Amino acid sequence: MKSELSAYQDAFAAALLAEDPQAGAPPELARLAAQPGFAVYRNTVMKACIDALQANYPAVARLVGDEWFRAAAALHVRRHLPSQPSLLLYGEEFPGFLASFEPAREIPYLADVARVDRWWTEAHVAADDPLLDPAVLAALTPDQARCLALRPHATARWGWCEEWPVLTLWRRNREAFADGGGTIAWKGEGVLLTRPVGAVRPEALSRAGVALLDACAAGQCIERAVLAALEVDARADIAALIQRLLEAGAFSGLHPMTAKEVR
Amino acid sequence: MTLTAGLGLKPQHFDDAHACGAPGLWYEVHAENYMVDGGPRIAWLERIRAAHPVSLHGVALSLAADAPPDPAHLDGLARLVDRIEPALVSEHLAWSTWRGAYRPDLLPVPRTRAVLQRVVDNIGRVQQRLKRRIALENPSHYLVFDAHDYGEVEFLVEVARRSGCALLLDVNNVHVSASNLRYPAATLIDAVPAELVAEVHLAGHGQDPVHGAALLIDTHDAPVAPAVWSLYERLIGRIGARPTLIERDEDIPPFAELLRERDHAHALLTMPVAEAA
Repeated sequence: MKSELSAYQDAFAAALLAEDPQAGAPPELARLAAQPGFAVYRNTVMKACIDALQANYPAVARLVGDEWFRAAAALHVRRHLPSQPSLLLYGEEFPGFLASFEPAREIPYLADVARVDRWWTEAHVAADDPLLDPAVLAALTPDQARCLALRPHATARWGWCEEWPVLTLWRRNREAFADGGGTIAWKGEGVLLTRPVGAVRPEALSRAGVALLDACAAGQCIERAVLAALEVDARADIAALIQRLLEAGAFSGLHPMTAKEVR
Repeated sequence: MTLTAGLGLKPQHFDDAHACGAPGLWYEVHAENYMVDGGPRIAWLERIRAAHPVSLHGVALSLAADAPPDPAHLDGLARLVDRIEPALVSEHLAWSTWRGAYRPDLLPVPRTRAVLQRVVDNIGRVQQRLKRRIALENPSHYLVFDAHDYGEVEFLVEVARRSGCALLLDVNNVHVSASNLRYPAATLIDAVPAELVAEVHLAGHGQDPVHGAALLIDTHDAPVAPAVWSLYERLIGRIGARPTLIERDEDIPPFAELLRERDHAHALLTMPVAEAA
């Protein structure tokens, strides 16, 4: 049987987010919800969640403005309260929410920009991780390249966006990464965020680079990862690409390949 | 060094806070804001910790929920305690996480016998995991409950007695609660046993936009009010000096302005009369 305290907490929790906190509440809870002080809890919970979303999605907030953002965030809070007892990583579902949110259709790239905001948050709090020494990679034999895999750095987040220059759009709307303006080339763009030391750093990533990192994350050996990159872009300069990824701090080390044989 | 008056630590004040050498100064942070795997945030707190005593103040353990504290969250807190070696660890008599969802507020409970037992059990779990005593804070009250079996002080004292925890007396919360629920704040201030109080909080409050002075809100967005300073002087005049925090979470002024408020508390704490009480 449910304890009195559990029953109270179920009813209180329901009334906190309900349109009408008294409607359907058991009598003891309705007496609490009828008091002016009950609104203090309702407002505090809602404001804290919306503030956290705004802090975690600053580029989205800048694109749509305060009023629009907070109205959309309030709808999202009602569907997804924080699942962790902390607000630092709150809003995991927000990009997906925006993707299917009818009023967001006017800014078709909004959900993709939101994903980059999310990657920034994840990269910012990810575990500290050593950087792969380029000399170790340079010394590998072809045989080793067939059985060893590159481990993506714990802070690395990446992805390809086919439709929009998502990194450019994101940078324009994150104060810390302002790119000084200029014309936007409206074509697809890849993103790589890393945190080699201290701050998170963003950079553009080619389609081949995204394929290579995806293969590494799946545990594919270096040779297969390179083939995956060449598959999406046969003319990719693999040596230059790996050099850039090393400089960005995208790898933390090598490990025996874990992916199952493919094909 | 003896802790006198401390400040809530704000990222925008990092350099000033790190460099400040005021006597007795310490800093408090919300533990949840630093429960991360790595990165600049925790590195920053470690730099502060290398220079100053730090207190970890939890806001999300949900001690008054009808469930044990989330084990992953408690593990995260334990790791942070190991890493920071805080001077003080505290939490609230409130709930927030319930059935897997976190509501970022300090939600109230009726002070019944069953709730008392639940809170005592939960504090026991926390103290066992952290291998140290925590201090339990009185939250602000906005609601009148029919179902209380205990008065507020009576309840806090009973929790402390059974669990072995200490109390964190938030004088602003006492003032806000007493004003909202229409009882004299001094009665509560005078009734808390001196030996249980490990820490004191001071903060600013505001009025509800609709109900005005009839509904005070614990906003932490203003300097400590004169009425709260009076209650504080009354408290430390009776129980003696205790580590005292100036909390400010909204409309944050320059560091120097917060430090002046802190210095006022420091002066009260180090006056001979407070020492002798």
